[in-house]
Formats: sequence, structure tokens, C-alpha cells
Amino acid sequence: MTGSSASGRAGDKVFSGTAMGAGILILLVLFGVAAFLVVQAFPALVAKPADIQGGAGFWAYIAPIVIGTLIAAAIALVIATPVAIGVALFISHYAPRRLASGLGYVIDLLAAIPSVVYGAWGAAFLAPAIAPGYAWLAANLGWIPIFAGPASATGKAILTAAIVLAVMILPIITSLSREIFLQTPKLHEEAALALGATRWEMVRMAVLPFGRPGIISAVMLGLGRALGETMAVALVLSSGALTASLIQSGNQTIAAEIALNFPEASGVQVNTLIAAGLVLFVITLAVNMVARWIITKHKEFSGAN
Amino acid sequence: MKALRFGRHAALAVVAAGALALTACGSDNATGTQNSAPASSGPKVTGTLTGVGATSQSAAMDAWKTGFSGANQGANVQYSPDGSGAGRKALLDGSAQFAGSDAYLKDDEYASSKAKCGPDGAINIPVYISPIAVAFNLPDVKELKLDADTLAKIFRGQITTWNDPAIAALNSGVTLPSLKITPVHRSDDSGTTTNFTQYLSAAASTVWTDKAGGLWPSSLKGENAKGTSGVVKTVTDTPGAIVYADDSAVSGKLGVASIKVGDTFVKPTADGAAKAVESGKAVAGRAQGDLSMTIDRKSTDATAYPLTLASYHIVCSTYKDQATVDLVKAFENYVVSDAGQQAASDAAKSAPLSKALQTKAQAAIAGIKVQG
Repeated sequence: MTGSSASGRAGDKVFSGTAMGAGILILLVLFGVAAFLVVQAFPALVAKPADIQGGAGFWAYIAPIVIGTLIAAAIALVIATPVAIGVALFISHYAPRRLASGLGYVIDLLAAIPSVVYGAWGAAFLAPAIAPGYAWLAANLGWIPIFAGPASATGKAILTAAIVLAVMILPIITSLSREIFLQTPKLHEEAALALGATRWEMVRMAVLPFGRPGIISAVMLGLGRALGETMAVALVLSSGALTASLIQSGNQTIAAEIALNFPEASGVQVNTLIAAGLVLFVITLAVNMVARWIITKHKEFSGAN
Repeated sequence: MKALRFGRHAALAVVAAGALALTACGSDNATGTQNSAPASSGPKVTGTLTGVGATSQSAAMDAWKTGFSGANQGANVQYSPDGSGAGRKALLDGSAQFAGSDAYLKDDEYASSKAKCGPDGAINIPVYISPIAVAFNLPDVKELKLDADTLAKIFRGQITTWNDPAIAALNSGVTLPSLKITPVHRSDDSGTTTNFTQYLSAAASTVWTDKAGGLWPSSLKGENAKGTSGVVKTVTDTPGAIVYADDSAVSGKLGVASIKVGDTFVKPTADGAAKAVESGKAVAGRAQGDLSMTIDRKSTDATAYPLTLASYHIVCSTYKDQATVDLVKAFENYVVSDAGQQAASDAAKSAPLSKALQTKAQAAIAGIKVQG
């Protein structure tokens, strides 16, 4: 007895020590990355404007690609979120059990595809296939600024990149939302049904309010991936100056800009690209903080407590 | 008690993390200080040679590494394709023994190379020559003649359809479609872009007003894609598209334009590219035997193809020890030899050096010696 409790105490100590060590290590790594970014970015922030690519200083260089990054991620979210929630609801509440587990498995498989494969698919298949659609949009809806012509002849516009991104973040949002929906208290659902609610009303009144913080964090995780996605955008997007039209070539994202230019960069250009990385780091940090804030604010509605 | 425990564990964790960081910093610079071979250019050398540089040479470098190690048991070459700028920097700070670079050393870089490479500084040797083709995707047209001004206007978006009078004037007898021109350029920083824009800014200086460089001018609209394979794929998928790309990568249904040189129109060929580099102007103020060449983009010699990329190996004129000297000499001699150039040509479809340039390169390599 005493022996086992003594070894239990030792095991407890070892475990708490390693767990704390891991916790501290992750903080150190994060701090190390942040320090590296700041130190390496500094020369670009203080460099003469003429030395920065484009010749108009760092902020003039970074502003268009920050906006490009946000545009691509936002469109991806707009496309992916409703689809993902629909799929998650279908799996959790509508599909027959056997179909649901199969479908869930397939969705998870989507998440396992490497981003370079998505990129290759987008560049080689989706872009040429979607180009006639862009030409049609430009001809018929060209009066809306985001569909202004001339449409990209190759189809490699920011809308294509955003569609690829949407497909990539779909599995993340879907699987997280599905898990949340499945955790809705059975009593809530049955109570709603007992009060005469239809299935849709039950979903609206019991499942969605319960899952709201979960959906938000799933969407934010998806947004994080969309903001940082590099290879797929680098392969799909025909980058260029900032343009309002989504179907012309143009725009650029931070991650793709770094990936494309880093291999042959030298001198202050390296610092500029690292500074761009720092900006992306700050943006993702801000996104995560906002997400946390929203979740804590909505906690009382969730019914989880 | 609790605070004490916490402190101890925290200290442990910090030590562990520190150890990790230290291992990560441990340098692994390989240096060629093995058995020193005889001072004469003995056939066999051993040791490890470290190079850093341009991605454009990667495929050729793999072939050279294999060929060199095959001929010299115990000798091998490590090449990390980190980019031309990184390669030149590594040579200058002594962390690499040679650099691969799409551009020769700049004047200030040459001056600072004297710190590590001795009073004569570093030597630039062109080892990898490749013609750049202007390829286009027009369903019924396979042959096209273009001059520098027209080319510059097409890539600047000033000429927007294929049946534009400026193109038609150069191509009498060819039925040009009224198709929209889609110029495609590289989205990544590239030596191909550098050479193409150098050509345009020299040969079409009135039209091409942007500075030459590895990045496409951001003020110009146009489609782009990553890497040579990316742009070629994009053009192949897009009727009416036109691109500049390494000649070796252009095939299949794409047509290749002839470029106006003097009064004739020249297609990219290996011989034309080698000739263009050979007849280039030597850069002044460099070490004895240095082969930095400014390609004459405005040449009127119809046997030279001016739209050519020359990539260099940059080596020191002197090294600290005999072993490294032997190793560098043996490797560079292999690279510029017929066998080495043929290997690169097989692997990367580059253009072999001309005989005259080969002789000059061998003379330059022969001059590498021990410091002091």
C-alpha cells in the first residue's frame, strides 16, 4: 500500500513536471518566434523608403497585401461557413447513422489532403474551368465593381484562390461544428420536440444556440488557416497590384508573397519579407483574441454551463 | 515549498529548452580539410565542398555532384539552393567555399570578397548558360517574329490583341487572330525575369522604362504563375497567352518566337546562347582571369541570341589550405569540362559553354592557389 502510494506520488511529480515543462517550452518557442520576427523585421521598418520593394516604403508595400489577405480569407469564410454548418447539421441530425459516419469520415479525409495538392488542383483544373464563368460575370454583371472586367483569361483570380481556400477550411469548420452539435443535451432537443417543434425549429431553438460559441471558434480556426495558407494561394493566384475586382488577375496574400520571394531574396528584401510575416503574425493573433472575446461574451447563451 | 518546487521545475525546463536551442544553433558547416592531394592537378581528390546559391542551377548541380563523386571516390559536394543572394553572402562571409549565382558579384561585393579570398578577391565563372524563349499559345500560328519594342509593348499591355498592326507588320503572310493577348510572367523572384527585363530595358529602352530585376514591376498588370513549370502550364492552358521561359521547358503546342537581332530574326538555340555569353563584354576592374560578362543585349550579331541567362560559380582566387584548393579546382574543372557541360545539358537542357569560353574558364581555374 505505502509502496504504491509512494510510487504514485513520484509518478505524480514526474507527470506534473513534464507537463509544466511542455507548457513552458511552448511559451519559449512562441516568444522565440516573436523575438526573431521583431529583430529581423526591424531593419525593414527603419529602411529608407527607396530600398523597399516598390520604392515607397514598408507600409505602402504591406498595405495592399494585407488587404488582399483579408479579402481572400473573408470570401473563403463566406463560402465555407454556411456549407460547413449545413453539412455538420446534416451529419449530426438528419442523415441516417450509417451514412453520417461515412460522410464524416470523408470530410475528415479532405482535411488530410496536403495544401500543395489543393494548389495544383486549383491551378491546373479549377482555374481553366472557371475562366469562362468569369468572362460571363464580367459581361453581364460587370457594373458591380467586384465583377468588373476584363476578366482574367487564365481564371487565376483571387476569387479562384478564395474558392480553393474555402474547400480547404471546409473540413475544419465541419468537423468541429459536428462535434459541438452532437453534444447538444438530448433533454433540450426532446423538450423542443415535445413542445411541438418541427425538426428545423428544434435545430434553430436547441442545437444552434447551444453550438454558437463552438461554431464561432470553428470559424475562427478556419479563418486562421485561410489567412496563413501559403502554397495553395502561391500556386493558384496570379498576383499583382491591389484591385477591387475579384475576377481580374491581381491582389496578393502575405503568406504567398513570402513563399514566392523568399528563395531569391537578399539584403533588406529578406527583412521586408520577415516584417510581412510579423504583420501576419499580429493579424492572426488579433483574430484569435477577438474570437476568444466573442466566445466568452456569448457563454451565457450556450446552455453549456 | 510549492514555490520551491515550481522554481526547480521551471529551472529544469529552461535548461532543457536552452539545450535544445544550443543544438539547433550548432553549426554544421562542412569544410574540406581532409587528406591533401598532391599539389599538381592530380586526378583524385577527397573531401567535402560546400556551396550555396541559385535555384536555377539545382538540376545541373545534381548532375555535377553525381558525376564528380563518381569520378572521385571520397569527394563530395553539398549545394544548398538558397538563392543567388544567399549564395554570394555565404561566399563573402566564408561559410561556403563557392557560390552559385545568376548574377556576378557586384562591385562592392567584389571589394568585400578580398577579406576572405585574398588580395585578388573572388572569381566569377559562367558555368550554366540557358537561352530564354518567348513562347506563345496561338492555335494556328507556330512561327512568329517579334522585335524588342513590340515585345516590351506586349508585356506592358500596350499591345492588347494579336492582330495589332505592330505585330502584323513584322509577320507579313501570317494570319493573326483577333485574340486578346494575355502576357504571363513569373510570380516568384527569378533570374529568368532578371535577364528578360535586362534585355527589354536595354533593347527597348524607350518602351521599357522600369528597372531590370528579378521581380516583375508591380505597376504592370498581367497574369503570373510560380516557377518555370507554372508559367508554361498557364500559357498552355490559355489561348492567346505569351510568356518568357527557359527554352528547355517550352514544348508541345506552344510556338517559339524569333527575336530580331540586327536585321534578322533569331530563334533560341544552345549555340546562339553560348555565343552571346562568349561575346559579352568583360566587366572591368576584376581579378585576373575573371569571366564576369555583360551580355550585349543590343548585339547585331545574328549568330548570338541576346535573350540568354548566364549563371555563375563564384570561387575564391585563393583558399587557406591546399586540400580546398585541390577540391575546388577539381570540381570546377569537371563542371566546365565537356563531360560536365554535357551532364548539365542532359539534366537541365542548358547550353554547353563554347570552346573559347571553356579555355578561358580553365585558365581562370588553374590560377586558384593557396593563400600567402
